[in-house]
Amino acid sequence: MAEINLHTDSVRSLNEALQGAASGDKFSINNTRGKHAVSVGLTTAVNVEINGHVGYYCAGMNQQANITIKGNAGPGLAENMMSGKVHVTGNASQYAGATAHGGLLIIEGDASSRCGISMKGVNIVVGGNIGHMSAFMAQSGCLVVCGDAGDALGDSIYEARLYVRGHVASLGTDCIEKEMRAEHTEQLESLLQLSGMNHNVNEFRRYGSARKLYNFDIDQVDAY
Amino acid sequence: MCGIVGLFIKNPVLESQLGALVAPMLSEMTERGPDSAGIAVYRDPHESGCKVTVLTEGLDFDWDALESAIKAVFALSKISVIHNQAVLFVDAPISDVQHWLDRNYPELSITSAGTNIEIFKGKGDPLDFIEKFDIKSMSGTHALGHTRMATESAITTEHSHPFSTGQDLCLVHNGSLSNHNRLRETLRRRGVQFKTDNDTEVAAGYLSWRLSEGDDLEQALNHAIDDLDGFYTFAIGTKDGFAVMRDPIGCKPAIMAETDDWAAMASEYRAIATLPGAENARIWEPEPTQIYSWKRN
Repeated sequence: MAEINLHTDSVRSLNEALQGAASGDKFSINNTRGKHAVSVGLTTAVNVEINGHVGYYCAGMNQQANITIKGNAGPGLAENMMSGKVHVTGNASQYAGATAHGGLLIIEGDASSRCGISMKGVNIVVGGNIGHMSAFMAQSGCLVVCGDAGDALGDSIYEARLYVRGHVASLGTDCIEKEMRAEHTEQLESLLQLSGMNHNVNEFRRYGSARKLYNFDIDQVDAY
Repeated sequence: MCGIVGLFIKNPVLESQLGALVAPMLSEMTERGPDSAGIAVYRDPHESGCKVTVLTEGLDFDWDALESAIKAVFALSKISVIHNQAVLFVDAPISDVQHWLDRNYPELSITSAGTNIEIFKGKGDPLDFIEKFDIKSMSGTHALGHTRMATESAITTEHSHPFSTGQDLCLVHNGSLSNHNRLRETLRRRGVQFKTDNDTEVAAGYLSWRLSEGDDLEQALNHAIDDLDGFYTFAIGTKDGFAVMRDPIGCKPAIMAETDDWAAMASEYRAIATLPGAENARIWEPEPTQIYSWKRN
C-alpha cells in the first residue's frame, strides 16, 4: 500500500498519483487536515483510504474507485460521482452526492442540507439524519436515510426514490409518500446490506414524485 | 466569500497562547478572504473605566498629542498604540469618552468600546496583518477573526470586520445581505449611525439597535432572522464568550468544535485543524437559525 502524507505532499501530486494508478492499487492518505479536493477525478478501480477529516469536494467526479474517508467530509462530497464507492465514517457537510450519476455513497453519520441535490442515478445511504432541501430536483437513484430528514425533502423531485426511517420535517413541492411494494423492499434491503447498515426495512417509508409538475396545468395560467 | 474564526479558551492555562492559537486559524482562512483581515480580542479587563479602540486611516497621526488632550479631560491610565490603531484605557464612562472623541477627533474611528474588547483590522494580505499587529503574542480569554473577500462595498480598513455592535460586542460575517440599503435608512431614522456602505455594518447596527431596545443577544438574533434578508453565518463576540448563528437557508459554511481546553468555530475545518487536540475534538455543523453560544461561568 502506498502512503501519502499531505503534510509534505501537495494535493495536486496526490491526485496525479491517484489518477495515474492501475486498478487494484492501494493508497493510504494521512494528514488531510481539512484540505480541499482530496482524491478527485479518479477513473480506475483503485482503493483509497483517507485517514482524517477532509474539506470541500472530496472524491468528486469519482469513477470506479473505492474511497473510504475515516473522518468527516466538508461540502460537496462525491459531487458528480459516476461510479464506484465513497464511504465516510463520520458526517458529511452540504450537498453530498450532488448531481451524482452513479455509484454508492455511504455516510455513516449525518449529512447536512441539500444531500443528493439533483442526483441523477447515484445511490446514497445515510446512517444518521439529513438536512433541509435534500434530494431537491432529484432525477434518479435512491436516497436512503436511517435517521430523520429536514424540511422540504424531495422538492420538485423527478423519479428518484427516497426511503426514510425516521421523521420527515416536511415534504417539498410535488413530493409525496408512496406505497412500499415488494420491489422497493428488496431494493432497500440490498442497499442497506451493501452499506453495512442493520435496520428492519419495514421501519422505512418511501417518498417520490407526485408527477404534478411534469406538465403545465391550465389552472395555473394566472401565475404567469 | 469570507473566512471567519472564533476561539474561546476553556482552560485558563491556554489564555497566554490565545493569539498564537488564533493566528494560524486566521492564516488558514486567507484564501477565503485575501482583501483584508481583522480580529476582536478580549483581554486585560479595565473594570475601573473603559477601553476604547480607535483607528486612523493614515500613519501620520499624532498619538502623543491625543494622549495629552485626553489627559487634560479624563484620567487616562494607558494608551497602547499598534500601527494606525490605539487602545485607550480611560477611567471615565464610555459614553463620555465616545462623545469627546467624536467632537474633538472626528478623523478617528471608534472601532470598539467596553472593558475587555479590543478590535484591530487592516486592509491587505491577512498574513501581513497578523505580523503587523503581532497577533501571535496576544493573550486573552477569547477572540474572533475575519478574512474578507469584498463583494458589495469597497476594500478599506473601515469596511473590514469585526464591527462593533455595542459595549464589548462585535460581529463578524460571512455572506451578503440583500436588504441592507433599505434597512440602513430605517435604522438611521431611529438614530443608529453608520460610517460606511458596508452590509455587515448594517447587521451590526441592527443588533445594537435591538439591544438598545431591551433585547438580550438571543432575542436580538431571533429578530435578525426576520428582518435581515440574505446569506449569513454570524459570529458575535460578547464580554464573556461568543455566539454563532446561520441564516435559515444555511448556504454559508460553518463548523464548530470543542475539547476540554477550548471551543472553536470556523468557516472550514482546516482552520480548526491547526488547534491542539483538534483531531479528537467533538465536531459538528451548526444548524440553520440555531444560536450556539459559549460563555465563561
